[in-house]
Amino acid sequence: MGLAVNLLTKSLNVFHCAGSVCNNCDIEILDALTPRYDLERFGIVLVGSIRHADLILLTGVFNKKSAVRVRRIYEQAPKPVVVVAIGACACSGNYFRESYNWDEPVGRYIPVDAYLPGCPPKPEAMISAIIKLTRKLKG
Amino acid sequence: MSKKTTIVPIGPYHPLQEEPEFFKLHVEGERVVHIDIELGYNHRGIEKISEAKTFEQAVLLVERICGICSTSHPFACVQAVEDAGDVEVPVRALYIRSLIGELERIHSHLLWLGLAGHFIGFNTVWMWVWRYRESVLDVFELISGNRNHYAMFKPGGVRRDIRNEDIPAIRRMLKGLDGPIKLFRDAIVQDPVIHARLKGVGTLTRQQIIDYAAVGPTARASGVDIDVRRDHPHAAYDKVEWKVITAQNGDVFDKAVVRIGELFESMKIVEQCIDWLEKSPGSIDANPGQIKAGEGIGHYEAPRGEVIHYIRSDGGNRAVRHKIRAPSYVNIATNRESVIGQSVSDATIILAAVDPCYCCTERMAAVDAANGRRVLSGDDLIRLSREKTEEIRRELGLPGPELALEKALRRLG
Amino acid sequence: MLSELKTRLGGTVIAWREKSQKRHYVEVSPVDIVAVTGIMFKDMGARFQIATGADTRDAIEVLYHWAFDTYGCVVTIVVRLDRANPELDSISGLCKGAEWIEREMWELLGIKFRNHPDMRHLLLSDDWPEGKFPLRKDYSRAN
Repeated sequence: MGLAVNLLTKSLNVFHCAGSVCNNCDIEILDALTPRYDLERFGIVLVGSIRHADLILLTGVFNKKSAVRVRRIYEQAPKPVVVVAIGACACSGNYFRESYNWDEPVGRYIPVDAYLPGCPPKPEAMISAIIKLTRKLKG
Repeated sequence: MSKKTTIVPIGPYHPLQEEPEFFKLHVEGERVVHIDIELGYNHRGIEKISEAKTFEQAVLLVERICGICSTSHPFACVQAVEDAGDVEVPVRALYIRSLIGELERIHSHLLWLGLAGHFIGFNTVWMWVWRYRESVLDVFELISGNRNHYAMFKPGGVRRDIRNEDIPAIRRMLKGLDGPIKLFRDAIVQDPVIHARLKGVGTLTRQQIIDYAAVGPTARASGVDIDVRRDHPHAAYDKVEWKVITAQNGDVFDKAVVRIGELFESMKIVEQCIDWLEKSPGSIDANPGQIKAGEGIGHYEAPRGEVIHYIRSDGGNRAVRHKIRAPSYVNIATNRESVIGQSVSDATIILAAVDPCYCCTERMAAVDAANGRRVLSGDDLIRLSREKTEEIRRELGLPGPELALEKALRRLG
Repeated sequence: MLSELKTRLGGTVIAWREKSQKRHYVEVSPVDIVAVTGIMFKDMGARFQIATGADTRDAIEVLYHWAFDTYGCVVTIVVRLDRANPELDSISGLCKGAEWIEREMWELLGIKFRNHPDMRHLLLSDDWPEGKFPLRKDYSRAN
């Protein structure tokens, strides 16, 4: 599969799409790129445009406003694209399931390939997720 | 330089709908003439959710308002409940609260320093500062079990004690931070490239701070001498020696100087707290039980400024009304003044200077003031910001703080 | 300072409740809110912290929290509004820091602020159903 080849031979372009976040997952994602955890050795590169994305990271609860935005972002992503939900909020809504400003977990309207629970998941968990995902993609 | 030539439309143009941005800058050529700030992307209805949670559950809920101010909201929240119920907190818990609060301030300000470096083009500074930030997160993991969202607070006290066997690790962390932070301070505060880049940029006057009711380092950088820890003594802040850091010019440079100064004060407070905790066993929880009917206000100086919670209780086990005001709510509004008339290459660092959540800062764009057409994406704005630093560095003919810092850090080992 | 405040507020005070030295709750009439704000902000130099809107089922209350940082206390000005038609003058003309919270209190509680310079949604989508105020006690997600 093209994606797995990318991962082995060149960089994996990752687009980070934050919803209604507390920012902890987002900071831990950035942390995972710092030398201590060094996701870059797996060839992971954060890109600024959805049009270059191989993989989308979703963080946070997607409230009514940010749900509109993430749907549009997913539409613009060139397919195939892998989607990973990072953190309890993106996976299930976390503490905010009762919110009047939230409808449903993002996985119900955007096809998610991997869920990484945690509040926030540690960078080690993210590395583990990337490895599992790569294995899954290689088939 | 003619008005239109410097900005080249870059990035996708959406004919159907404008990309919703948190910060939308309206530009004429290179100047920002107006800013739209659209909140609501993070609105999760937490105040309403809190009405269905017990007081103890609400503390865990409010932790998740903001990840970097993870302890600040619980700090204010439990104090509001204790104010309403006239609960007296054991003194050991007060020291632990200040310890946690100041450790958080340290890693929050380090985070900001790193991001500020990232936005103006010093990615090495970013990586180095965040590496030192990791040592604070390690301490949090040791004493609370989590790098973030430490769940240490509860109405009446704290949920976990600090064990004496963990204190040497905290001391080692402080010792390990001291040298590098002094290096950062000197590299940033004395460097001519940083001076040229940040002085006079995004200035807020004293009167503007007062009109907008801004708080925190944003206010103190403009000479408004307010700090909840000193003005409304709580926890252990009136039991330890420390000082409030202020500056006078209110520009981005001064906001950085204030935060760096606060790093040292926070380390001093942490040191004094662990010295006391090591020698003073005692209860950490008043176990309040029922909170009587009434209302309470709790506030605390979060890294970004005052966070305030108001709680009304009817004698039950949950709030009938829980009002929450984070510091960024009042501080972000000041962008309506600080970014107007400034160059679009300075916009990023000005917006970042009040220390909003980093995701919000990235969600920015510039549109042509005349026709509303999007001309610059968030990435473009960051790129312009870095290019300006490069230009300054070239004009001054200096290597810049990054290289000086790198050399100094290597010597440190 | 408190006696000076009491003198300046004078007859506008309906009730003054001192919960503690550091916490005072002062009820005033809604018609006096701009004048009282002028006293708190301009004359006494207090710092506007935030305003809390609350639905108590028999009224809508607005609490304005003012910090006296030099004295370490918070004085909260309370007004009670008719729940069927909660209206109040905006204080944002005097205190820019109140602009956003008045927008928020309108969209979450339905309080109309007269003379507000820019009344529109702050947090909720522009297409949020009219007349549905989430912080009201009778709000239901079902509708």
